[in-house]
Amino acid sequence: MPSVCQEEIIAMRRCRLGSSGSFEVFVNRYMKDAYFIALGLVGNREDAMDLSQEAFIRAYRNIKHLKPDRRFFPWFYQILKNLCISHLRKRRYRQTSSLDGENCPEVAATTDYFSPEVVAGRNELKDKVWQAIGKLDDKHREVIILRHFQNMSYEQIAEALYCNKGTVTSRLYYARKKLEELLSTGKGGSINDMP
Amino acid sequence: MTCHDYKDLMMGYLDNELSDEQRRQFEEHLAGCSECKDELEEFRKLKAITDEVTLVEPEDRIWQDYWDGIYNRIERSVGWIVFSVAAILLTIYGGFKMIEELIKDATVGMLLKVGLLALIAGLAILFVSVLRERLYFWQRDRYKNVRR
Repeated sequence: MPSVCQEEIIAMRRCRLGSSGSFEVFVNRYMKDAYFIALGLVGNREDAMDLSQEAFIRAYRNIKHLKPDRRFFPWFYQILKNLCISHLRKRRYRQTSSLDGENCPEVAATTDYFSPEVVAGRNELKDKVWQAIGKLDDKHREVIILRHFQNMSYEQIAEALYCNKGTVTSRLYYARKKLEELLSTGKGGSINDMP
Repeated sequence: MTCHDYKDLMMGYLDNELSDEQRRQFEEHLAGCSECKDELEEFRKLKAITDEVTLVEPEDRIWQDYWDGIYNRIERSVGWIVFSVAAILLTIYGGFKMIEELIKDATVGMLLKVGLLALIAGLAILFVSVLRERLYFWQRDRYKNVRR
């Protein structure tokens, strides 16, 4: 996550005055972060692209509500995350309702959409890790994505999640513990047995 | 401190997020705790394999068109708002004129005139009711002052 700069402060001021062109500064600066975070949260390329763009549109419409002393990215991140979570809920609901009322929660798992096709330089291990990430619950997947895929520091993650560093470390601990458990399942051993 | 209290320090140690003092404190604990040492080793391996996973970067063309996609959607949404407001105003005006003509027209039966007035009154009641409900929920919305 890049640090706030003068360019961003000026663009923010202009956007408040209604200049849509100035918003391009934020889009160019954060579009890749937005896409990869959305991809990490929803697991699907097309949805990630659409949701990241929609988040920018909502941010543009509501930028007047962003307090001048607040940074753009953490605020934008909340919009993006809420959109992704809402999208996942709708998707899970559609999946369960398509079963004609059958109670089958496993079918509604997020992991169905965590296709390994989005992983670069694929191999069996990477595919397994990606799909295990898809099986984590939203709040644990979120910290793994921000830490491992966005290389954000604990302080940056805490700022984006509006929580303290202690909560970030605690969530990371349980997320990694769960990830480890998911990767070891079915192999009859611990993660140390993996190649 | 128990092993459980060192979990947060373990994450910080793994991700190089500790101060020198915290690092020293954790390493001291590690020297005397094989359980935490083993757990740290497992986490190290997990971190290494997770760090190896990178995602495919979309083509440059996608990034070049990205802002245009957003700009077009913003522009279109403004167009839709203007169009909807104009359509509502024109419909209200046209409806009003049509009703005025019908009421003034002596050849139109009384039953039709009463029916038409009842229809308008019903629509007005529904509109006020929905508006009042929206205002009621908006005033009591617990999230309207949510931190932005």
